[in-house]
Amino acid sequence: MSRPRWFAVRQDLSPSRRRLLGVCAFLLPLLLWSIVSYVPFIWHPNIKVTDAGDVSWMRPGLQFDRHEFAKEVAAAQSAGTRPPAGIRANPIYLPAPHDVGRALYTAFTTKPVLKGDLWLHESLAMSLKTIFWGFLISSAVGVPLGILCGAFVAASRLSEPFVDFVRYMPAPAFGALMVAVFGIHLEPKVAIIVIGTFFQQVLVVANTVRKVDGGLIEAAQTLGAKRSQLVLRVLLPASLPDLYNDLRILLGWAWTYLIVAEVVGVSSGITFFINQQAKYRNFDNVYAAILIIGFIGLATDQILAFFGQRFFAWKNPRSSRLRAFITRLFSRRDQPLPEGQP
Amino acid sequence: MSHSTSEPLPDYRTQDPAVAARFAKIKERPVVLEIDRLGRQFPGEHGPVTALRDISLQIHRREFVCVIGPSGCGKSTLIRIIAGLDDPTSGRMLVDGKETSGPCPERGMVFQGYTLFPWLTVKRNVMFGLEMDGMSSAQAESEARQWIDLVGLRKFAENYPHQLSGGMKQRVAIARALAPNPRVLLMDEPFGALDAQTRAQMQSHLLEIWRNVDVTILFITHDLDEAILLADRIVVLKAHPGEIQEIIEVPVPRPRSLAQLQSPEFQATRRRLDELIHPKVHAPSDHLPIVRLTQIGDDVE
Ligand SMILES: Nc1ncnc2c1ncn2[C@@H]1O[C@H](COP(=O)(O)OP(=O)(O)O)[C@@H](O)[C@H]1O
Ligand SMILES: [Mg+2]
Repeated sequence: MSRPRWFAVRQDLSPSRRRLLGVCAFLLPLLLWSIVSYVPFIWHPNIKVTDAGDVSWMRPGLQFDRHEFAKEVAAAQSAGTRPPAGIRANPIYLPAPHDVGRALYTAFTTKPVLKGDLWLHESLAMSLKTIFWGFLISSAVGVPLGILCGAFVAASRLSEPFVDFVRYMPAPAFGALMVAVFGIHLEPKVAIIVIGTFFQQVLVVANTVRKVDGGLIEAAQTLGAKRSQLVLRVLLPASLPDLYNDLRILLGWAWTYLIVAEVVGVSSGITFFINQQAKYRNFDNVYAAILIIGFIGLATDQILAFFGQRFFAWKNPRSSRLRAFITRLFSRRDQPLPEGQP
Repeated sequence: MSHSTSEPLPDYRTQDPAVAARFAKIKERPVVLEIDRLGRQFPGEHGPVTALRDISLQIHRREFVCVIGPSGCGKSTLIRIIAGLDDPTSGRMLVDGKETSGPCPERGMVFQGYTLFPWLTVKRNVMFGLEMDGMSSAQAESEARQWIDLVGLRKFAENYPHQLSGGMKQRVAIARALAPNPRVLLMDEPFGALDAQTRAQMQSHLLEIWRNVDVTILFITHDLDEAILLADRIVVLKAHPGEIQEIIEVPVPRPRSLAQLQSPEFQATRRRLDELIHPKVHAPSDHLPIVRLTQIGDDVE
């Protein structure tokens, strides 16, 4: 057989190729960013002044548009005064990778500008707390209601039209209202996240429960299962792996609502940090904070996916490579895990 | 379809004395399942479509009845009504003389698609019906083990369905349906998805189970040999509307085995079923209107 192709319709790739592409998925954007940042003749629309010359209103370190700067240089030359000098630079809102890399560390160590402001880690903790409560409250009501809607058409008809209607109202629109009701601290922010996720959650969960194979219900009925048993012993366990995945995806939604939630009332959390840093034009810190959100999101998702694989081994007979990797990691020290145990 | 014997086949209705005596004995037993002028209509685009009409049938205790008929004649509709998963539009159904409707564990069902609960192990699948009945977990477990032993899956009790082959899955499904002690076991083309060899194995398994368990079986198939091999009586349905065409008492003596496939009684029954299900059509030739697309001389036959 010839070497397998890179692009074959719906064919899986070898593990090494998959890994390679996974790394490239991150390296390519980084490469693009590096090229734009480090190759002076690509983009770099500004000039950073190194020597103001005789131009009275220029200061070293300031940035000017390249064409304006060229005009000043030409004017100075024709007037016979000393022209300003400078190097090409990117706008301040696009720091180079190494600046952001450094900021990923220094952002945690820089003291808050104002007394009473929070450190980065405190801001993060605040955001996580908001997400946690918002998602917990939403799920505590949304998941059971979704399951009811998926199980009983009457429940679905009674609640879903309204839920569908509210779903289209943007959660931030409720911001002022929530502040009026809940005050200006944590509560209205949690409420915004609840509003943002709850209505989606009901619909998504209901749909997942509806996808359970009707044959399983019929089989359970012929085995004597009654109504509540059909819900609790068939629909629920049958849809649990998919519900788990739904919640994983909805948690991602909750993060997007976090940013609007945090500007409601007293601005707080990671959003406040980002806004403060942008105000002081520390854009490297801004990027660092955004990246940290990305890392937290990716890490939670991967951890949840990993546990999902373990909980629902019956659903994914093919053990994941991450799972195999971690199994190997631990089995070096401990006993090897017994085969086929979920 | 080919029978090598040169002598003419006997009539499928002639029974040798042992077989006749067996049928007499069966008819003395009480009627477990009775359906009385059962009918089912579905709403269609051009008015209601009659899927079943006037189906009447009495099945005696520990009888093995097969239902056979062309695709779409209402076999599944019939067995689903008997299982209580669908409601008839007319007629009645009685189990042990009492009119019933709705699903109930006294009428166990085995589906073609296995429908095992994928999140439960084999053992817990079999325990499901017992637990629904309110049996304690410990007792359900010990009973489930007996049923799992009966279908020969002791080694796989702790496996999940996705780890089993098709034949094994169907054995679990049979054990699961039998565990709550049903009066009637309903089976809708249970071996339809299996390969020929596994299917033959499952047929002898099923006969073995039926011999050892006090259960009456109503079995749907579209495989004529399977029906003759398994059944005491074969109910032949015809399509549009689904009606009973004939009920055949199978003259093949028990115990049955694949070796009887060539016996005259078997062949006679087989020929009768063929006549009923694939009636001789006179005029149309069975050549497809295909234009020759290969070169002259490039022949495969
Ligand atoms: N739910 C339904 N709605 C409408 N028509 C149906 C339904 N179920 C079955 N039918 C019709 O009833 C007839 C019998 O179907 P079925 O019992 O599945 O046949 P078989 O199992 O013998 O192949 C078919 O013509 C089919 O189209
Ligand atoms: Mg069918």
